[in-house]
Amino acid sequence: MSLARRWTLPLALLLSAAACKDKGTQSPAASGGGGAVIGASLSLTGPAASYGAQQRAGIQAAVDDVNQPGGVKLTVLIEDDASTKEQGITVFQKFINRDKVSAIIGPTLSNTASAADPLAQQAKVPVLAVSNTAATGITDIGNYIWRDSLTEAQVIPGAFKKAKEKLGFKSAGVLYGNDDVFTKAGYDVMQKALSDLGVKVLGTQTFAKPDRDYNAQLTALIGAKPDVLVVSALADNAASIVSQARQRGWTGPILGGNGFNSPAFIKNAGAAAEGVMVGTSWNSLSQDPANQKFLAAMKKAGTNPDQFSAQAYTGVVILAEAIRQSGGKTGREDIEAGLGKVKDLETPLGKFSFTPNRDAQHEPSVQQVKDGKFQIVQ
Amino acid sequence: MGQQVLNGIFLGSIYALFAVGYTLVFGVLDILNLAHAAVFTLSAFIALALVDAGLSLWLALPAAVAAAGVIGIVLERIAFRPLRGRADSNISGLISSLAMATVFEAIALQIFGPDISRFPPDTFPDRVIRIGGATASLLQFCIVGISVVLMAVLTLLLARTRLGRQIRAVAESPRAARILGVDVNRAIAVAFFLSSALGGAAGVLFGLAFNSISPDVGRSVELKGLAVIILGGMGSVPGAVVAGFLLGLIEVFTVANLGSSFRDAVSFAVLFLVLVARPRGLFGQAATREA
Repeated sequence: MSLARRWTLPLALLLSAAACKDKGTQSPAASGGGGAVIGASLSLTGPAASYGAQQRAGIQAAVDDVNQPGGVKLTVLIEDDASTKEQGITVFQKFINRDKVSAIIGPTLSNTASAADPLAQQAKVPVLAVSNTAATGITDIGNYIWRDSLTEAQVIPGAFKKAKEKLGFKSAGVLYGNDDVFTKAGYDVMQKALSDLGVKVLGTQTFAKPDRDYNAQLTALIGAKPDVLVVSALADNAASIVSQARQRGWTGPILGGNGFNSPAFIKNAGAAAEGVMVGTSWNSLSQDPANQKFLAAMKKAGTNPDQFSAQAYTGVVILAEAIRQSGGKTGREDIEAGLGKVKDLETPLGKFSFTPNRDAQHEPSVQQVKDGKFQIVQ
Repeated sequence: MGQQVLNGIFLGSIYALFAVGYTLVFGVLDILNLAHAAVFTLSAFIALALVDAGLSLWLALPAAVAAAGVIGIVLERIAFRPLRGRADSNISGLISSLAMATVFEAIALQIFGPDISRFPPDTFPDRVIRIGGATASLLQFCIVGISVVLMAVLTLLLARTRLGRQIRAVAESPRAARILGVDVNRAIAVAFFLSSALGGAAGVLFGLAFNSISPDVGRSVELKGLAVIILGGMGSVPGAVVAGFLLGLIEVFTVANLGSSFRDAVSFAVLFLVLVARPRGLFGQAATREA
C-alpha cells in the first residue's frame, strides 16, 4: 500500500511527461520562429477517426505546400477531439488560452462544432470548419465561424444543374421517402432545385422506410415518360428502388440525393447502380493546377485523397490566403478580416469564395457510378 | 395500366400464398397462428443461408420450404398442443403463438443481424419479358407460377386425398373425427406442416422478389395476411386466394393513383365495406352450419 503510494507520484509524472512528449510530436509543421500558429481540432480517435486521419493528411500536405520560400509561414498544431463534444471543448480551450493560436481549423463533426465553436466566438478567435455539413447551427453561431464545406442543401442544386447541362433533361419523375426527416428534407431541396432549373415534374410518388415493393410507384412514374428519375432515399431503400426501376425497364438516368453517397449503395444495387448520378463537393478529376498540386502532395505522402482531405487541405490554403490578404499580419483580428476578403481563390475544390453568411461557395461536382465505382462526371 | 395489373397480380400472388397457410390453420383449429409471419421470415433466411453456402436456388427453395414445414410441426407441439382441450385454448393459443413469433424473430436477429441481407446478384437469371407494353422479369413469372401451383396442389390435396378429408373432418368437428377413427393430433400436425411450408414458400419468394431480407420482414405481410383471410372468409382457402390477388391489385392501384400514403387506408376501407355487406367475408361459410 505504502509502496504503491510512494511510486504513484513519480509514475504519474513520468506518464504525463510522456503524454506531453507525444503531444509535442503531434505538431507536424516546421516550427522555425515567426509565422502564424493555427490549431486543428480533428477526430483522430472515436467514431469519426477515419475522417480525422484523412483531414490530418490533407492539413500536413497543405502546410508543406504553403510554407514554400516566399509564401506565408504557418504552423499547425493538431489535437484529437476524440469525436466528442467534451474533448472538443477542452482542445478549443487549450488552443485559445494556452497556445494562443491565431485561428482554429475544425472540429471534424458538426456535433462537436455546435459545442466548441461558441468558445472561439466568445474569445474572438476565427474558426474555419472543414467538414461540418449541418445546414444550421454552425456558421450562425457567430461572425468568427467560417466553413469551406458545402452543406447538403448546397450540393443538390449544384449537382442537378450540372447533371442537367450534361443530360439535357426537361422533365422528371420524383420518388421520395416521406417518413424520414433526412429523405423528406432532401426531397424539399430537390423539388426547389428542379423548379429553379425549369424542369417539369411529371409525377411525384412516396414510400415509407419499411417498404420493399416500389413497383407500383415506379410503374406510375415511368409511365409518365420523364427524362430522368429523381430519388431521395437512404442507402438501403435506394439500392432496392434502383434495382426495381431497372427491372421495370427504366434505362434512363437516375439522380440521387446524399443518401446514395455510400459504398453500401453500389454494393447492394450491383449492376443496376450503373449510371446513377449523385452530387459531391470535391472533383477528383479536376485538372485545375490547385487540384493537381493537391493530388501530387497526397501521392507524395502516400495517402489516398478523398473529399475530407481535399476540404482540410483547402482550409489551410484559405487561411494562408487570409494572412496574405491582411498583409502578412497573423493576429486573430487580421485573419478574421482577411477571411472576409477571400474571393475566387484557386483551391482543390475549385474557385472558392465565402457567402455573406461565411458558408462555402464553390461549384459542387457530380459523380456517376461506372464499372461499380463512383466516378466524376466531366 | 397493363403494367400495374401485372404488378398487382405479382404482389397478390405472394399475399395469397402467405394467407392460404394462415387460413388453413384457422379453418382447422379456429386459432390464429400469429407466428406465421415469423416462419415466413425464418424460411427466407434459411434459403438465403443455403444459397450463400453455394447451393443452387432450385435446391435451396424446396429445402427451405421443407424446413419451414418442420418449424410448423415444432410450433404446433410447443405452442398449441399443450393447450389443446383447455377451456380458453383459443386465446391462450393466440398468446403462445405470439410468444413463439418473438422467439423466432430473436433467433433470426441473433444469427443474421439487424441489417438487410440480400441474395447474391446472380441467384436468379436476370431476364425481362415483354407482354404488349408491359414488362415483367422471369423471376416474377416464376413467383406467380410457383404460387399458383402450390395453391392448386393444396386445394387438390384437401379435396381429393384421404389426408385432406381427415383435415376437413377435424375442421368440422374434432370429436366427430376422432369417433370416426381419425388421428386428430396427426391431422393437426399435418395441417401445421402444410400451412408453415406454404408460408415459408411465400417468404422465400418475397425475399427473392424484393431482395431485402431483415428479421422484421414478416411484419410487412403480417397485417396484410390477416386482412386477406378476413376478406376471403376465415378458414376458406379459395377465399384467401381470391382476396390475396384482390388486395394486391387494390394496393397497387391505390399507390399509383392516390399515393403510397393512402395504400393501407384504402385497403382497410375496402375490407370494412366488404364486412359490412358480407360479415363472413367473400367466401365465408353460412352461419347456420355451426348450429
